[in-house]
Amino acid sequence: MTILTDEQKQLNEMAKGFLAGEGTVAKQLRHWRDIGCKDGFGHDLWKQFGELGLAGIAVPEAQGGLGLGAVETALVLEEVGRNLTPSPFLTTAVAAVRALDGSALAERWFPGIAAGDTVAALAVDEGRHHAPAATALAAKRSGNGFTLSGAKQFVVHGASADLILVAARTAGAPGETDGITLFAVEKDAEGLAVDNVALADASKAARLRFDDVQVDADAVIGEVDGGWAPLSRALSAGRAGAAAELVGVAAGAADMTNDYLKQRKQFGRLIGEFQALQHRAAHLFSEIEIARAAAWKAAELLDKGDERAELMVSVAKAKAGRAAKLSAQEGVQMHGGIGMTDEHDIGFYMKREAVLGALFGDERFHANRVAQLSGY
Amino acid sequence: MTAEQDLDSFRAEVRGWLSANCPPEMREPIRSESDVCWGGRNAVFTSPAQKQWLDAMTSRGWTVPDWPKAYGGGGLSPAETKILRQEMAALGCRSPLNSFGISMLGPALLKFGTEEQKLEYLPPIARGEIRWCQGYSEPNAGSDLASLATRAEDRGDHFIVNGQKVWTSYADKADWIFCLVRTSTESKQGGISFVLFDMESSGVSTKPILLISGYSPFCETFFDDVSVPKANVVGEINRGWDVAKYLLGHEREMISGMGLGGERKALGAGVGPIDDPLLRAEIAEFDVDSLAFTAMSEHFIDQLKAGEAHPAMPSMMKYAGTELNKRRHELIMAAGGSDALEWDSERSKGGKAPRDWLRTKANSIEGGTSEIQLNIVAKHILRLPGA
Ligand SMILES: Cc1cc2nc3c(=O)[nH]c(=O)nc-3n(C[C@H](O)[C@H](O)[C@H](O)COP(=O)(O)OP(=O)(O)OC[C@H]3O[C@@H](n4cnc5c(N)ncnc54)[C@H](O)[C@@H]3O)c2cc1C
Repeated sequence: MTILTDEQKQLNEMAKGFLAGEGTVAKQLRHWRDIGCKDGFGHDLWKQFGELGLAGIAVPEAQGGLGLGAVETALVLEEVGRNLTPSPFLTTAVAAVRALDGSALAERWFPGIAAGDTVAALAVDEGRHHAPAATALAAKRSGNGFTLSGAKQFVVHGASADLILVAARTAGAPGETDGITLFAVEKDAEGLAVDNVALADASKAARLRFDDVQVDADAVIGEVDGGWAPLSRALSAGRAGAAAELVGVAAGAADMTNDYLKQRKQFGRLIGEFQALQHRAAHLFSEIEIARAAAWKAAELLDKGDERAELMVSVAKAKAGRAAKLSAQEGVQMHGGIGMTDEHDIGFYMKREAVLGALFGDERFHANRVAQLSGY
Repeated sequence: MTAEQDLDSFRAEVRGWLSANCPPEMREPIRSESDVCWGGRNAVFTSPAQKQWLDAMTSRGWTVPDWPKAYGGGGLSPAETKILRQEMAALGCRSPLNSFGISMLGPALLKFGTEEQKLEYLPPIARGEIRWCQGYSEPNAGSDLASLATRAEDRGDHFIVNGQKVWTSYADKADWIFCLVRTSTESKQGGISFVLFDMESSGVSTKPILLISGYSPFCETFFDDVSVPKANVVGEINRGWDVAKYLLGHEREMISGMGLGGERKALGAGVGPIDDPLLRAEIAEFDVDSLAFTAMSEHFIDQLKAGEAHPAMPSMMKYAGTELNKRRHELIMAAGGSDALEWDSERSKGGKAPRDWLRTKANSIEGGTSEIQLNIVAKHILRLPGA
């Protein structure tokens, strides 16, 4: 990864300022959790993402967005991660926009997304582990369109979404990438049952049941049977984005821990003077720096359309997931008892890392993908 | 022409020149220590191709592409240097010259040397004519390097040096030594000077120590009334610690490169079919770390060139790179099974796998141990108290 340009540095500063001001745990995550908000995030904040141009960061300029790439997206997501800011930014502005980009549906959805009005969700997984090729939810031709039947789970923001991108099978068998079609399903579609589930980190993901949900032919994104292409674009962007957000989660937890090491006294000394803790903090620093370099590299290769991008995206997602897990767990441990209390924010990092780490494939899924893409 | 077009044509020129001038034998991966070209007054070349390759690269100053031409370098910009590196990697070109002069002493001379010293020492380093060794460690000064005791007594225009160094890599093969000596006992770090002298000076002797890998001996080095001219002091007298630390940064950078294992590919792709699912999983996990570290190395080099790197970052890189390299060789041993345990057979290329594996255990010791690197990160980057 190269050095950031002046424009990228400015964007980074802007995102830092905005999220450290408006996106804090106290103002957002903790607040929405404590009042039992059904969305798990605040629509006002999402609107602000729109006003600052961030919601349309990946929307082409011609369609009213900033037309920026994965590197810029990563810079914003790192700050989202650092502050544990709940918002539909990753699913909507990053993943869904990449899926819709260039399709006939872009015009319908981009203005609302860029304004921070529209929320989109990705319905891919059907089992408890990420396995997009295993898609079984059936889409049968009927009349002018299709009827969808089957179930999805771990659909982040699924209950709040205006638009749900659904991977369905129109041909072939589960396990095959051919024969998958990606559909744009609108909320309130008849026959769609939504079970809104609160996750460990207080975010919401839905379990969806499709009972003969009727969609028009123009709900197809890309080609019938050829949905793997737009789905892959969305997943690559989502995975690279999640990696960047995980780097932020890791860095946020580490900062909080390092501050604590400089304040807390035991045995008449600051605990940060103990080498057993210093070495762990320094190791953590090293892991986070490496994870960030991987996340930036993945974003850079995605932006260049480089053939090594997919490999690096998986490297980044796996590495950042591990770094965030280590950082959150070490964070709680080094905080001692107070780290176990709900009152302290450090525990939120562990819960967030668990959810984000699993989203779009956990570290094992991606390590396995690294092996497959490397030919072993 | 725009700057970008300039670089494109530079790349084309480099590619053409390398394919015309790098002998095919020098595009094969390094197989053993003896494939490494160290140069020196008594250089032994393992093949005519090895010498031819060194001469070709020397003629363009490309053993040290980013040094000024006046000092034997190639005078390339950072962007051009990167292109040369990339093109060499693309063709699989071996490094034409391995040298502590290039990776350690050279950068220190460029920063702290006088013009006379630069003109005297740098061009022979660039051409691989003088082989250097590093006289830092002593029996009672390892991690606590500043407690070194080798004495240098002031005799007007020269010093008389007495004492003992230890772990001096290749001291028995080196022509000259860059050495830390104590010129004052008033303060620990403040009384150290950085001197250069010929290993053939009277009073210098070496005694090899064998490593657990059975090769790559390093030495005990003894100084008995060795006379060293004052003109050979780099930097100020008693301020050698600044030079020493700067040089250590470069040494760590060089050692951290080992994390890349000489290759930028997945380890799993190279070790052949892996039928054990647990081993495959472990290797895949390693490859995640290793490919991520490759990204970090590139980023770190870009940061260095842009002047945006924290001065203590080489410690982080050294720590991460060497721990990774040790893991790489653990996995190569595991994948190799009983084949990888053969020590002397021809089939095993003289036990390359186990010897390399054993050698890597030094990576987290030489150039400052992993523990010391972590101390430095904790103190200088994280600013933890009392560190
Ligand atoms: C292959 C190889 C090549 C080398 N080449 C050279 C060379 O060319 N020239 C040269 O001068 N030297 C060379 N060295 C020496 C090397 O720099 C020293 O071995 C190294 O600095 C460690 O010093 P030591 O061996 O005295 O170990 P010690 O300093 O005695 O360390 C023993 C253990 O204690 C730990 N320890 C010590 N202090 C601390 C602390 N403050 N906090 C936490 N842990 C601590 C260390 O990490 C280590 O685990 C080489 C070493 C090797 C292995």
